[in-house]
Amino acid sequence: MSDEEDSFDERSKLMSTQTEVLPRDAARLRSSSVQDHADTTDRPTSGEAERRAARRTEDSDTEEEEETLKYGAKHVIMVFVPVTICMLVVVVTVSSVTYYTTPQGYLIYTPFHDDTDDEGTLVWQSFANAFILLGVVVVLTVFLVVLYKYRCYKFIHGWLIFSSLLLLFFFAYIYLGELLRACNVPMDYLTLAICLWNFGVMGMVCIHWKGPLRLQQAYLIVVCALTALTFIKYLPEWTVWTVLGMLSIWDLVAVLCPKGPLRILVETAHERNESLFPALIYSSTMAWTTTMADSNPDDSKKKKKKKKKTKTNSGDSTTPLEQNSANGSNATFGDDDEGGFTNWSNESQERSQERNNQYLNWQNQQTSDDHRRTESSVSTESQRARTAVANIGQNSERPARPAAQQPSEEEEEERGVKLGLGDFIFYSILVGKASSYGDWNTTLACFVAILIGLSFTLILLAVFKKALPALPISILFGIVFYFTTRLLVKPFADSLSGAQVYI
Amino acid sequence: MALMEFFGCTFIAFGPPLALFLFTIARDPLRVIIMMASSFFWLLSLLVSSLLWFAVVPLRQQLAFGVVFSVLFQELFRFLFYKLLCKADEGLKKVGEQEEESLSLVRNKHVLAYVSGLGFGVISGAFSLVNVLADMSGPGTIGLNGESEYFFITSAFLTLAFIFLHTFWGVVFYAACDKKSYVGIAVVILSHMLVSCLTLLNQMDNPPYAGTVIPAYIVLLAMGMWAYYTAGGSLKNIKAFFGSLWRKPEGYNL
Repeated sequence: MSDEEDSFDERSKLMSTQTEVLPRDAARLRSSSVQDHADTTDRPTSGEAERRAARRTEDSDTEEEEETLKYGAKHVIMVFVPVTICMLVVVVTVSSVTYYTTPQGYLIYTPFHDDTDDEGTLVWQSFANAFILLGVVVVLTVFLVVLYKYRCYKFIHGWLIFSSLLLLFFFAYIYLGELLRACNVPMDYLTLAICLWNFGVMGMVCIHWKGPLRLQQAYLIVVCALTALTFIKYLPEWTVWTVLGMLSIWDLVAVLCPKGPLRILVETAHERNESLFPALIYSSTMAWTTTMADSNPDDSKKKKKKKKKTKTNSGDSTTPLEQNSANGSNATFGDDDEGGFTNWSNESQERSQERNNQYLNWQNQQTSDDHRRTESSVSTESQRARTAVANIGQNSERPARPAAQQPSEEEEEERGVKLGLGDFIFYSILVGKASSYGDWNTTLACFVAILIGLSFTLILLAVFKKALPALPISILFGIVFYFTTRLLVKPFADSLSGAQVYI
Repeated sequence: MALMEFFGCTFIAFGPPLALFLFTIARDPLRVIIMMASSFFWLLSLLVSSLLWFAVVPLRQQLAFGVVFSVLFQELFRFLFYKLLCKADEGLKKVGEQEEESLSLVRNKHVLAYVSGLGFGVISGAFSLVNVLADMSGPGTIGLNGESEYFFITSAFLTLAFIFLHTFWGVVFYAACDKKSYVGIAVVILSHMLVSCLTLLNQMDNPPYAGTVIPAYIVLLAMGMWAYYTAGGSLKNIKAFFGSLWRKPEGYNL
């Protein structure tokens, strides 16, 4: 098992919360390097605010918006929700299916797992294991980056497809089997095979080819949860913690160092005007679009503002046109550089186009209904509708600028935050491991700590406007809260709740 | 029985807060984040108080000591969170004005207080009840060895009371801080101390539940009324509200 699965995970560590730092027009992007277009100059007011924001501590949320709207509170929530779901799946599984908490065998990367209580031995063994695992991760990351650098897209895709195949079929099979066993439900192999086939094939299609966005996101979450569960089962007790620590440090190095592999990967992707592989990154809005400017500026926006928008016909009539033109312009200057990637990117443009059309159809159906509803509803409702109209006015104004030079900044901001699947996996491992000891307070504390760490990272993202590692802060918070809760808070809280004393 | 008890107690304790969350908070991302941040602050306060409890070894068996200091720390962190929100006020305003759902959050300070109070309440409720709930669902039941069979249900009701109390305390406390009225702050701290210390009675062999739960709910009622008045409510509003329920709605503007 291990090889593939591990490599998968490692790759996915990429690009934690990659920022869409793209400049206002695509042409500039191609000539400039990533660092240059942290376009602070364009926003004179932001410098001060940023410095202030950096100084401020906790209240995440607020600051981060204060920098332009780019990473609005909505984006934070759009990352919170999948992370929460992933953790929830892992925690529920860990606490209900005993298979994942009973150790049997270990990964080949972790050869040291003596069954001792001797602390010295435990420490050196866990560090040795962590170093080996880290070495594997480093080697594979570098390998991937080299492949990407030299445009071996076919190989990378093959690699990705193979590992997701393994996860979606083999690991899902194990998971389902254990789940059924835990629930004491019998099932024949024929049914199982049919279910698994449908599940797996649909997953492959959604992740690597096309499918509704929600479904793709769901499959990515499932993949992460399965990987995290495997790690929880097959990593020795203490190694988990050292591995988490080491990988956060590695994440920091790989993303922030000038020559860090992940940074090179991100920059190369920017230079080539591509987005990274959808199987590596969870994207809160559009996961497929290859180039920043291809396709519909409004698609993601629509997703969010669906409700508002559906209330009116007027504002939307312009959008399809605009989208088309944006598409066209992009396709033209997206071509030359793509190499082996062209097919894929073209397809993806088609895809998003298609999705967009579907959406528009759907919308047209909806609007008639909505109209009726708005008419009948009370004044507040109509008020909201009016503001929605105003919004739409603003929104449709922007794409209305000449599309060729201005694919519009709006579409970048609306493209949402991207989080590497590796981050999902390691968050879930931390929370899952915390819950495997049976204390819910610890689980809860880790959960809150990780989410707060994540929102810290998002603030920093808004401040620095470049790809940042998502692991270090969250994992640090998570580990600190895990150990303090387990050692200090748990006894206190237990004696309180045992005596029914409330604080 | 165990499973039924589990669900019953879960919904007693967390049903109303869940409803509040769904109807008043979930729709606005900014509120969700603020709630998260305030629960993080509560966690910090718990951490500090358990650190103290852990450090003072001779008093570890005396819960009263831990409780008193824990109450103080919680109020301290409530104050710190208030300070933080004040500092972030400007940023909050900028953000809030941009999103339609967040408008009320920015315009009305009490909403902010309510959200952070609920964050405090939910996390404290969760911390005091989650493990009890986990035991509840499991094999076995309570009361076989002569313990009170009302252990679970009173736990659930007390948790609910504390969640709401924290919410109301949040509203009252923040408003008092805004006006620099020390009476409000003192009342919050004292009533928190009172209710918490009352629950110390539950340690007795035959816990006088009536003596702990009922006063808790009385304080809850009082704080609820106070919070209601602070937030600008009045008897007239209530009357108008109920009046509007059985009158025909004719384009009400709220």
